[in-house]
Amino acid sequence: MTARKTHVLDGNEAVASVAYRLNEVIAIYPITPSSSMGELADLWAAGGQTNLWGSIPEIAEMQSEGGVAGAVHGSLQSGALTTTFTASQGLLLMLPNMFKIAGQLLPCVLHIAARSVATHALSIFGDHSDVMATRTTGFAMLCSSNVQTAHDMAAITQTATLASRIPYLHFFDGFRTSHELSDIEMLSDDDLRGLINQELIDAHRQRGLSPERPSLRGTAQNPDVFFQAREASNTYHGNVAAHLTETMGRFEELTGRHYDLLEYAGHPEAETVLVTMGSGAETVRETVEFLGAQGRKVGAIEVRLFRPFPVELLASLLPPTVHRVGVLDRTKEPGATGEPLYQEIVAALAEAEAFADLERASNGQAARHRPAVYGARYGLSSKEFTPAMVAGWLDELDTAKPRRHVTIGIIDDVSGLSVSYDPSFDIEEPGVISAVFFGLGSDGTVGANKNSIKIIGAETDNHVQGYFVYDSKKSGAMTVSHLRFGSQPICAPYLVRNAGFVGCHQFQFLDRLDVLERAAQGATLLINAPYPADEVFSHLPQEAQQQVIDKELTVWAVDADAVARQCGLGGRINTVMQTCFFALSDVMETENAVVHIKAAIEKTYGKRGADTVRRNHEAVDASLLGLQQIKVPGTADNPRHRVPMVPDSAPDFVRAVTGVMLAGKGDELPVSAFPPDGTWPTGTSRWEKRNIAAAIPIWDGDVCIQCNLCAFVCPHAAIRAAAYDHSQLSAAPDGFPSVGCKVRGLEGKRFTIQVAPEDCTGCSLCVNVCPAKDRTNPRHKAIDMMPHAAHVETEAERWDFFTGITADRPASNGKIDARTSQFSEPLIEFSGACAGCGETPYLKLLTQLFGDRLVIANATGCSSIYGGNLPTTPYTTNAEGRGPAWANSLFEDNAEFGFGMRLAEDQAQGRARALLRELADEVGAELTDQLLHDFNDTDAQRRRIIELRDVLATVDDPRASQLSLLAEHLDPRSIWLVGGDGWAYDIGYGGLDHVLSTRRNVNVIVLDTEVYSNTGGQQSKATPIGAAAKFATAGKAIPKKDLGLEAMSYGHVYVAQIALAANPNQTVKALREAEAHEGPSLIIAQSPCVAHGYDLSRSAEQQRLAVNSGAWPLFRYDPARALNDEPALRLDSRKPSTPISEYMANQTRFRMVERVDRKRYKQLQRVARAEVKRRYALYEQLSQMVVPGVDVADRAAASLALAEADGRIRKKRTPPAQPEATS
Amino acid sequence: MSAPDLSTTWLGLKLPNPFVCGASPLARDLDMVRRLVDSGVAAIVMPSLFEEAVLREERGALRHHEMHGDAFAEASSYQPMRDDLSFGPEDQLEALAAVKQAVTVPVVASLNGTSPGGWLRYAKQLQEAGADALELNVYELTIDPNETGVMVQGRTLSMIEEVRSSLSIPLSVKLSPFYSSLPNFAAQLEEAGVDGLVIFNRFFLPDIDPEELEVTRTLVPSSSTELLLRLRWLAVLSTQRKLSLAITGGVHRVIDAVKAVMCGAHAIQMVSSLLAGGPEHIITMRRGLSRWLEEHEYASLNSMRGCMNLKRCPDPSAYQRANYLEVLSSWHGTMPGPLSS
Repeated sequence: MTARKTHVLDGNEAVASVAYRLNEVIAIYPITPSSSMGELADLWAAGGQTNLWGSIPEIAEMQSEGGVAGAVHGSLQSGALTTTFTASQGLLLMLPNMFKIAGQLLPCVLHIAARSVATHALSIFGDHSDVMATRTTGFAMLCSSNVQTAHDMAAITQTATLASRIPYLHFFDGFRTSHELSDIEMLSDDDLRGLINQELIDAHRQRGLSPERPSLRGTAQNPDVFFQAREASNTYHGNVAAHLTETMGRFEELTGRHYDLLEYAGHPEAETVLVTMGSGAETVRETVEFLGAQGRKVGAIEVRLFRPFPVELLASLLPPTVHRVGVLDRTKEPGATGEPLYQEIVAALAEAEAFADLERASNGQAARHRPAVYGARYGLSSKEFTPAMVAGWLDELDTAKPRRHVTIGIIDDVSGLSVSYDPSFDIEEPGVISAVFFGLGSDGTVGANKNSIKIIGAETDNHVQGYFVYDSKKSGAMTVSHLRFGSQPICAPYLVRNAGFVGCHQFQFLDRLDVLERAAQGATLLINAPYPADEVFSHLPQEAQQQVIDKELTVWAVDADAVARQCGLGGRINTVMQTCFFALSDVMETENAVVHIKAAIEKTYGKRGADTVRRNHEAVDASLLGLQQIKVPGTADNPRHRVPMVPDSAPDFVRAVTGVMLAGKGDELPVSAFPPDGTWPTGTSRWEKRNIAAAIPIWDGDVCIQCNLCAFVCPHAAIRAAAYDHSQLSAAPDGFPSVGCKVRGLEGKRFTIQVAPEDCTGCSLCVNVCPAKDRTNPRHKAIDMMPHAAHVETEAERWDFFTGITADRPASNGKIDARTSQFSEPLIEFSGACAGCGETPYLKLLTQLFGDRLVIANATGCSSIYGGNLPTTPYTTNAEGRGPAWANSLFEDNAEFGFGMRLAEDQAQGRARALLRELADEVGAELTDQLLHDFNDTDAQRRRIIELRDVLATVDDPRASQLSLLAEHLDPRSIWLVGGDGWAYDIGYGGLDHVLSTRRNVNVIVLDTEVYSNTGGQQSKATPIGAAAKFATAGKAIPKKDLGLEAMSYGHVYVAQIALAANPNQTVKALREAEAHEGPSLIIAQSPCVAHGYDLSRSAEQQRLAVNSGAWPLFRYDPARALNDEPALRLDSRKPSTPISEYMANQTRFRMVERVDRKRYKQLQRVARAEVKRRYALYEQLSQMVVPGVDVADRAAASLALAEADGRIRKKRTPPAQPEATS
Repeated sequence: MSAPDLSTTWLGLKLPNPFVCGASPLARDLDMVRRLVDSGVAAIVMPSLFEEAVLREERGALRHHEMHGDAFAEASSYQPMRDDLSFGPEDQLEALAAVKQAVTVPVVASLNGTSPGGWLRYAKQLQEAGADALELNVYELTIDPNETGVMVQGRTLSMIEEVRSSLSIPLSVKLSPFYSSLPNFAAQLEEAGVDGLVIFNRFFLPDIDPEELEVTRTLVPSSSTELLLRLRWLAVLSTQRKLSLAITGGVHRVIDAVKAVMCGAHAIQMVSSLLAGGPEHIITMRRGLSRWLEEHEYASLNSMRGCMNLKRCPDPSAYQRANYLEVLSSWHGTMPGPLSS
């Protein structure tokens, strides 16, 4: 077999490239880490790429994975070659259809980037808990262990499924394989043609439903026949292994690559054998071979086919010398005898041995010694799994009494199950070059490294590997790239531990993190340093200096920011650092590398960026001139030390757990550090001082008009307003700015706008919305962006003082408008959301209005990630310790989840009120009456509850202690269901619709970014017509769904559409009205997002354009108005006055559609124009219509079995008293 | 007498009449272009390709795309970037090609560059896209006190020389009126191989909003009062150079066109009057001009061209000095009636 040209791809692309060519229908839905397979399919289809039969596959995004599974099932029933890609919860949503598909012998392959299923917490990372949940469906299950295998198995399973008619679940490790870049030999179309049997495809098509050959499927069967019919397919399942083996044989003939259902490696007389599946099997095999070479009698079996399990093959592969079998499962099945693979091996061995014993007995031989089987869990949620851990497990198995069910790779100091190991154990070959790079998400480090890998893979004889680790923030995020190159295939699916090259692309990382921990002795260190070469060393913190000396590192530096700036590349230092890496590493000649880097730049930007290509080419040339070696002195003399991740003043938990996670050492935390049910403290983000802004807003009180808009729009609660008594200033630091308050009702108070300099992301949204200009120098506004470095110290001191001020807070039931809302303390702060995020200001406002009695059910998505992705938690508490209680269930069920909270609250509230009434004599009539009926004044009610508990403590009645416990429910809670458009318009729509129909008092806020933002901008039904989004690469052809109008059709639902920066007062008014509404409320909030493709610091202007163009009409539909014989719908924006084209022209999402196909874009724009007119005309008419109202309270009471005679606790909050909001 | 001959030669292009649709959004709309042609427009100048706008969009789009790409585990990017997506001048090039395909009249491209490489690159692309001639919109605002007029002119000239040497189509330069020695600069341009001049560019002018303390941008449509500045320089330049001259700015009425030709214009570019009167205003102008020539017994436009230029007008000194004194002194002889009349 001649050597084939290799290509560098990640696992997802490797799989998708085969699946796309071998299928006709591909139903898709985004879910990490499988999304890119669907994205690529959509991109290829939009570009006219054809499958093996010359047609462009039908690509259809569905509303959920459940929908995908239905579409796949229908398509298969109709005889098309059909596939999909998914993971985790997405796969679980497919379960019912998977049973059907397998039960009906419909051949297909589902490709799964295996990922943890959310349990105590969500995790996007890789393990087998999702695929193991499908093992009863009847699907064959085949696992790939690396990128090449995943590519090959995509073809093998597609062929085998057609032969056996049993559908396959083809899975590989999420991230570790799906996102690892590796050089692979790609299958050509001819290879695929050689493999695929056309007759089998024809047979599949012929079995498709057809009126020409009418048949009926999916019958309902009764006890008389179901069982027998279920058994009728046994032979098909029985033949899977044979068909697969035959296909693998033909595959080997075509490609030279050998595969088997199970594969053995290691010592032929192994006494201990490990059994593993997935990428971990590579680590096990390599370790076993390494130890075998040292004479240790160990072996490894890699399981490819998990279902149906090849029992006899397992028995035949195990050397007769085996005493112990260690099975490694990448999943946890609590309560089971062992994890799924363990169980399978135990059962298979028992069965195989039993058969063998019978055979031996019939031949008069003695029964054979049976190996003992031991199970271990490893690698959950992509936990590192290293050769050292494998060695540790083997050592455990070598003990006299190995433990049967253990964990590997963690420290379990609670149940004592973990296996210890020597972390210094290493099997990496000396010929492998390994490198790690620390960069910022925004500086292009990962992109450059992907590029480097592709260059090295294509232009040298090296095998390559690239794996990328991101932190959990969306702004100022750090990335760590792990690269390996070598003459032999790289079989090391774990992070680089001893790097011969370390690139530190941001100097400040050295101050915060142990960047040099992964540097090998004598490694090369390249630093992007904003200092002259002779000063660089002296700027390193002492710890780094010492490491440089101890590890004898060769240090090089380049001022990459300066070079990038000079070439017009802003903060994109990727090209500079990439060029320097090639110059310093021995991977290829520098001159040669420069040629290839330049070619790669041209390829990357292509037609999209001729100017960008030129500027990057200039940067390549300039980089080498700026590269300088740093002299390393013999002593570490910098008195400055690395900054601790959290201050000593932080709470214990933050120091002991959060701080360790922030330092990147979370792997070292033992089990005992964690709450067993996933409950986590709020208010921890304030302890992480990220200092990611280059410039921060600085306030000038003399110019300020005290509108508080800056604080209102701030996505991170990093700029705040306060009105307070003069007396508060007695302990103020020198120069603390304060002016007389001009706000009505607060005259005589002092007023300050203060930035949190270490938490601000520098998005400058606040400065752009600030209307106050110095009339003698209008460039100077009430807030100006100023260099962070020059102001951080002073402002940090001021911030500390500011947060201690006892400020005037508006009464929750009094007048509140956009301005006064900002005097309330935000109870979500410093989240990891993108700089300029359009969602978080709404949530911040929500916490300012109702935060101390707020309960949030949060759909999975951006808001659950910046709201609840560890290490830090942004929801926080006020001085009394009250604050939002927050929980995320799933993506698809959030409306129901929040509804459940409402049910529980209604039940608890009803019970508390009933008990109170029963105990009225003991409690006292007046207090009872007030507690039952006068609860609108929150503060007064809370005082009464304290009083009530005091009284109850003296009452000798078991009901008293019950009531004391339930008394908190007498203070009405505000229940909000928070999520994005992906949830509300698509996957969760059924549930949302149901919850809205019930008339229960839940408040829904849809943070509508018009795409699935969190997974990378896939279209939803909220995506506007004409916008390009992933899965709608050519531009969405259907107008945005009118969710508000649908909700209005119920009549009892409060519905509002808001745009925070376009009409702040309308936003505040809508939120308050929604909360006061006694039935369900739906708020649809326009949320600017990075996926829209414009500078988010200008999002306020875009929001105004959205409103003025009619793309986003503002309205409030209040059923209460209908009861007063007024039109329920009130339009808060005027007739569109700006052409929709003007709104669309500023955003890349629309422009890219125009750029690719002007004619089509014009058509789409025409429809968009017509849609704006249609919607406005409809709303205008509705806003003039008086129709009979729906008394929500009456109907709700009527529908609630538990409603009390005097009605459920009903808030009669004062309706917002400010003037009607208009645009 | 047969109908007067309105034909003219501009930039080497034979035109049936002098009326050209100047660089404007009008040519962006193919229906509008067809109406112009149906009305008898002699040539069409495409809207200017602004290098600055092309670069700004490319840099902006890629920056927003890249800033958020490869930064978060769940999303390698937030927009689908297709290989066939381009942020270059393709849409302008395609628009030019589309107009070329739709009409038979000459189509002139217009270009405003910001970098030496940009001028050349885009000029070539416009020629390749089918432009019959290229109009270089060389206006730049120099606010650097260290930069002299000579430096600015020198930079412009060297750019034009470079473009000229790599282009085969006729080249005209759209000038601003703010050169200290326009005839000298025109001579240098002619020497550099420029075929014609367009007199003069009109600019977006900043205004200010005193309430909001903002700088605002306005473009006021031209009026016939702007004609006079242009007439003078047509009258001067048409005698000194062989350059093909077009007037732009201020021609609204037939009499304006007559004056422009009398001062030496080969072509008359109109925008504001077409925006106001529609493409059919060309018909009015053509017919009116023909009638005027006929009534004044000019057999052709060529015979009238330049009759009032610096060489042939009765009083050339009127063009040569600031004429405030002339006007005052003229009052001695013939005292006009009361101002209020």
